[in-house]
Amino acid sequence: MLHLLIVILIFSFGVFLMPGKMKKYNAIVLSLVQAGAFLFFLTRVPDITNLTFGHTLIEWIPQLGLNIEFVLDGLSMVFALLVTGIGALVFLYAGAYMKSYTGTNKFFFYLMLFSGAMLGLVLSGNLIQLFIFWELTSVLSFFLISFFHEKESARKAALQSFYITGLGGLSLLAGIILLGSVVDSYSLTEWLANPQAIQESKLYLPGLLLILTGVFTKSVQFPFHFWLPEAMQAPAPVSSYLHSATMVKAGVFLLARLNPVLGGTQEWIYIITLIGILTMLTGSYFALTQTDIKGILAYTTINALGVLVLLLGIGTRESIMAAMLFLFIHAFYKATLFMIAGLIEKKTGTREINELGGLVKYMPVTFVIALLSLLSMAGLPPLLGFLGKELIYEAKIQSPGIASVVLILGVTSNIFMVAISLFFVRKVFLGKYKTTNKVPNEKGFAFLIGPGILALLSLLLGLSPSNLGDAVIKPAITAVSLENVEIKLKLWHGFNQVFFMSLFTIVAGSFLFVAMLKSKKLMNAWRKFNSIVFSIQFEQVFAWILEKFVMVSTMKEKAVQHGYHRYYILTIFAFTSILLWVQFFYTQTPMQEINFTLKPFYISGLAVVIILVALASAVLRSRIVTIVAMGVAGYGIALIFLYYSAIDLAITQILVETLTIVMFMAILQRLPRFAVLSSKATRLRDFSIALVFGTIMTFITLKAINVNLNRPISDFFLENSYTRAYGENVVNVILVDFRALDTLGEVTVLTIAAVGVYLLLLPKKNKL
Amino acid sequence: MEIVLAIVVGVLYTVSVYLMLRRSILKFIIGLIFMSNATNLLVFLSAGLVPGSPGFIKPEGVAAETMADPLPQALVLTAIVIGLGIVVFTLALKYKFFELTGTDDLDQLKQTDS
Repeated sequence: MLHLLIVILIFSFGVFLMPGKMKKYNAIVLSLVQAGAFLFFLTRVPDITNLTFGHTLIEWIPQLGLNIEFVLDGLSMVFALLVTGIGALVFLYAGAYMKSYTGTNKFFFYLMLFSGAMLGLVLSGNLIQLFIFWELTSVLSFFLISFFHEKESARKAALQSFYITGLGGLSLLAGIILLGSVVDSYSLTEWLANPQAIQESKLYLPGLLLILTGVFTKSVQFPFHFWLPEAMQAPAPVSSYLHSATMVKAGVFLLARLNPVLGGTQEWIYIITLIGILTMLTGSYFALTQTDIKGILAYTTINALGVLVLLLGIGTRESIMAAMLFLFIHAFYKATLFMIAGLIEKKTGTREINELGGLVKYMPVTFVIALLSLLSMAGLPPLLGFLGKELIYEAKIQSPGIASVVLILGVTSNIFMVAISLFFVRKVFLGKYKTTNKVPNEKGFAFLIGPGILALLSLLLGLSPSNLGDAVIKPAITAVSLENVEIKLKLWHGFNQVFFMSLFTIVAGSFLFVAMLKSKKLMNAWRKFNSIVFSIQFEQVFAWILEKFVMVSTMKEKAVQHGYHRYYILTIFAFTSILLWVQFFYTQTPMQEINFTLKPFYISGLAVVIILVALASAVLRSRIVTIVAMGVAGYGIALIFLYYSAIDLAITQILVETLTIVMFMAILQRLPRFAVLSSKATRLRDFSIALVFGTIMTFITLKAINVNLNRPISDFFLENSYTRAYGENVVNVILVDFRALDTLGEVTVLTIAAVGVYLLLLPKKNKL
Repeated sequence: MEIVLAIVVGVLYTVSVYLMLRRSILKFIIGLIFMSNATNLLVFLSAGLVPGSPGFIKPEGVAAETMADPLPQALVLTAIVIGLGIVVFTLALKYKFFELTGTDDLDQLKQTDS
């Protein structure tokens, strides 16, 4: 499986290396790679059906629980087949669709990389690894949405989707780490082995909420649903692949993946069911009043994702089966419809539903394909969608506690779906032909092959669903619910409760459709109604929050980064003193007995002199006196070094001090006098801060005396100074022998400083 | 004696912080020198005070117990030299700054253009 990902990676970079003439075969080559991957997974299906799972483990940082793990079980298989299968068709379609644009190399590179990331995500057996792939898909989605980056709306939409999914991704990571700390592992196998420990831990609820936030943002659940319609700025293949068939299903995948670990609790069932219902209704309701065909499809996608999340929230065996089947159904019809929408846009130049009509005359094959898909979306027999809807109704009947509510809302949402499907067919393909900018045609075999195959699958699998059920769906259910199940999928369920609900849905949907079609006034009034009642648009709220966030951080930035050098220093010293004082009282180690003595007196006298000249240099106004005072203090310190057995220090100090004074004197002539720049109050404030700092430093010095943390090191130097380095002066031996590299560094620093000084003091020849 | 020298360290730090908070760049540099000196003295004191017994080894053997600890001295020696580098460079920088802007006031440093 790892090899497969590497192959995809190589081919995605290979796009750039294709010689000029071969460029037009890019899409076909990539499509073949995808098809190859699809076949690879297909050959593994028998294994999966027999419940033998593939597992690869590569140790990366095992100490931290970070390993590269790939798992191919029933659930991964469902998604892997979708990613590669639809991938192959989408690439074929994209080859035709993208022909007229520049920058297709980049486009195919991103798209191929995305398919690799998505495949990596669904095959991940380690949750940190899963997170990395998860974020990769977000990033690539960003690049693909902003493919037409000259358009401001595309850039904005890309940013918005990236902010939301990125935020969700971080939340997901936090959740994984939180719950990972319970079982002390990020390996999926470990998690699956200890659901009890995780669910009983105190961290369960926060962890669950964090992970769910990630899931909901990625799978465009309410209230994060608004990024998907905006993301329709992307080219059609992207909408078809990322934003309907694969990436937005990553959240659903994660829910299914973690169902055995986190599922089954009250919190899980109620939160997920509620969000799922809200999303389902929001999606189907707003789909009705859209006028952009891609907008309609985006909202119906939101509806479908709501249904999937709802089904996983219910969590019974039937609902999981329905969810797994619905994954296929939705991918088949929605990917198709997005490709058809792209084709219509290409051929007519518009996506507005009111500007389209009567296309059946010009695009008969497209019409048949779209019809099959839309009927599947509406849930009409004999298509796969019908079967899916029946199963979903059955599952909803079983939802715990609030079955009747779930069912009523579910039927309502499906009525909307039937109406919008019929509306789509009628408005776009039937009725009178409206003149568009271009005369539509359906030339281009590549445009239709992908949608055609998918629509055909909707029909064929609808007629005989049992193969799909046994081969793929059964092991997937086993992976999600960890129990062996026998399932029988068939199209016709007999005249039962569910059938009558379906019948009611279709009839009511048709009525709604007729009403929508007949009365333009109704639609307009409805749109107006929506714009008043739902006047709070989530995308605007989001934009508002973002704007305020930037404003607040600008204010903070201005307050903290004011640009006054001395206030930075003041802050540093004030804060350091506070920290030191706190630590000083906090540690309370007994101070060593030190007797106060003024002997020897000449050193005491020297100390007094140093103190006096230091104070003088702080307050005096004359520059020369200040510098001389500074020099006296420096020489005084040199004498202290000399008395207390540090001859080398004394020599160095005297040399350095002399040099400094000479430097000062040299440039003093060119500098202005000291001006009185600050007021008395300022000086008092500065003095207090300085005093607080100085006092704590005195105490620290007293504490530090005789601490001697480094005695063993010193002993080593003393012992080896002569025997190994043949030097009697231990300080010198340390500098030039034991720590010679440090001294080399020091020399380097001095050299750099010297070069810097030289360049600064060069007489300026030409002004910059 | 340690107490007296600790007070010296405290006074040096006080003076250096006070000077570094001035608006005049020249005073700031002088403050920098005082801070460097104070820190050197602090590190030096941490080894304990041993008068009249520098870290010299006779070939015939290891020196007496009372010998001054050579390690802090080596550290301080490096620090003094590096301190000189910093001060000289800052001085040159200050000189150039004054040449370009004609002011000694740190608050004028807010603008990036001269």
